[in-house]
Amino acid sequence: MAKNLIELKNLTKSYNGLKAVDSISLTIREKEFVTLLGPSGCGKTTTLRMIGGFEDPDDGQILFEGKLLNDEPPYKRNVNTVFQRYALFPHMNVYENIAFGLRIKKMAADDIKRKVERMLKLVDLVGFDKRDVDSLSGGQQQRVAIARALVNEPKVLLLDEPLGALDLKLRKEMQMELLDMQRSVGITFIYVTHDQEEALTMSDTIVVMNKGVIQQVGSPQDIYNEPVNRFVADFIGESNIIEANMIEDLKVRFDGITFDCIDKGFMDNEPVDVVIRPEDLVIVANPSEGQIQGTVSSVVFKGVHYEMFVANDHREYMVHSTIMFPVGTDVGMNISPMDIQVMKRGEEPCEEE
Amino acid sequence: MRRRMKLLAYPYSLWMAVFVVVPLFLVFLYSITKGDIHDFSTLEFSLDSYKRVAEPLFLKVIGNSFFLALISTVFCFLLGYPVAMIIARTNQKYRNKLLMFIIIPMWMNFLLRTYAWMAILSPNGVLNRFLGVLGLAPLEIMPGQGAVLIGMVYNFLPFMILPIYTVLVKIDRSLLEAADDLGANKVKTFFRVVFPLSIPGVVSGITMVFMPAVSTFVISGLLGGGKTPLIGDLIEQQFMSDRNWHFGSSLSIILMVMILISMAVMSRMDRKGSSA
Repeated sequence: MAKNLIELKNLTKSYNGLKAVDSISLTIREKEFVTLLGPSGCGKTTTLRMIGGFEDPDDGQILFEGKLLNDEPPYKRNVNTVFQRYALFPHMNVYENIAFGLRIKKMAADDIKRKVERMLKLVDLVGFDKRDVDSLSGGQQQRVAIARALVNEPKVLLLDEPLGALDLKLRKEMQMELLDMQRSVGITFIYVTHDQEEALTMSDTIVVMNKGVIQQVGSPQDIYNEPVNRFVADFIGESNIIEANMIEDLKVRFDGITFDCIDKGFMDNEPVDVVIRPEDLVIVANPSEGQIQGTVSSVVFKGVHYEMFVANDHREYMVHSTIMFPVGTDVGMNISPMDIQVMKRGEEPCEEE
Repeated sequence: MRRRMKLLAYPYSLWMAVFVVVPLFLVFLYSITKGDIHDFSTLEFSLDSYKRVAEPLFLKVIGNSFFLALISTVFCFLLGYPVAMIIARTNQKYRNKLLMFIIIPMWMNFLLRTYAWMAILSPNGVLNRFLGVLGLAPLEIMPGQGAVLIGMVYNFLPFMILPIYTVLVKIDRSLLEAADDLGANKVKTFFRVVFPLSIPGVVSGITMVFMPAVSTFVISGLLGGGKTPLIGDLIEQQFMSDRNWHFGSSLSIILMVMILISMAVMSRMDRKGSSA
């Protein structure tokens, strides 16, 4: 296991009495790709800015390699930031933008040249060195911003929604490129996004935040397959969230049916939330062969699969399937025990995005 | 539609023709002629008035005007830049109030403001009385070039502050954070990011101060006691008291050409500054 690089301890920040970040604690390891994920206003950017040194925490500690970092100004921290809107210097060309940090350090001219050229190669912008930054496309500006940060060889790169301004296709390409870059330079990336798909694609670890509080920390698989509460389940991917009763260990009851599941450790008859991903509901043509019976109420073709809604007396289930059943068909649905994710009932109902 | 829009431009074109082009032409005409200014038939071509401009006495006046304008522009820059920066960095709530402090004095008549300075700087003025109370020797600022300089800097300072402020306030804060992030402290951030980005504002500030400063009059008469006339005073004198419109016109043309040259130099610097 790689060693710990950054530790946040009970970090808190308020604006006008409102807690933007509420006592969060988190450990980030070397060479880890960590994503802070959440809806806007969840505190993810504030957390990143505190690590970068642009916001002072009201309370709590930021430790970098075990040393307290709270009072160090940004220019003394061994982290670099890729800003949301790139923040490239408009009065400098590509080369000078990338060389900025090295010039500040008064590095020798040929060392600067060597390093900048290596960066240009890394971000695939060879030959662009004399170009005005304003003449570059969004994706190219993005790469310059990354090169300008990475050339300083920071231990941590902070990225604040770096792909937010790019179109979908370019985003997907840049996601892969960023991953490649992270692996080839071998440093920690702390990445802020509100895009759950982006988070799932790129991260080693996802930190889901809401209202200034960390909801869940885990690998993309953990977060997707075993969300700990309604918020995480709803925010990550599509899901059917069902109010249910935990009859006893390994038995959960909803829609008047008792299902086998693999969760235990709840009180008998404890009210819980159950998450079932739409792709885990298996439709069968013969209603009597399914655990749940219902009628198809709508069908939408999504390319890879059909998205169908199947209604029974209690609710509508969202189902993803490659086989289409027309509206009005009576069908059955089966769920395997391991696809039923039981969660503690949250205090507050989930907000709609 | 487009045609009607064009019609809207006619009053302006007419205005320009009557009050700008015609007078300019007349000034140019008078500068290269001699004879009775009220009777065009007596005018004949002559460069005498230009030759007169070249006399050492008048060259000294022109030189002095440019020198004073230059010095007051420098002072305006040195005083104005920090003020512009302070206002630009102030919380948005108070920014406009601070700007009002700069702008309100401009609502008052130029002469009135200069008279106020006379009251402050004259030998028995507020300043010297205050120094007297403290038991210090009175200062002999007025009449003199020092007083003229103070008057000019005071009057033209807002024209330096406002354009610089306008540019500074538009600089994206994330650029400063980026510089900070890349290892630059406040001083380095200023010299490598803030100042280069503010050059267009500085250039228009300099232009807006230097041009009126070089052609200023009245100030030197009131605060300088007429001891060091400036080109503006000289021109006024030719038209108002000496009634030598030919010489006055030549001086005006020379002044205009010199201002045009300075502007061309400044705009070149601006282009260089913003693309470098």
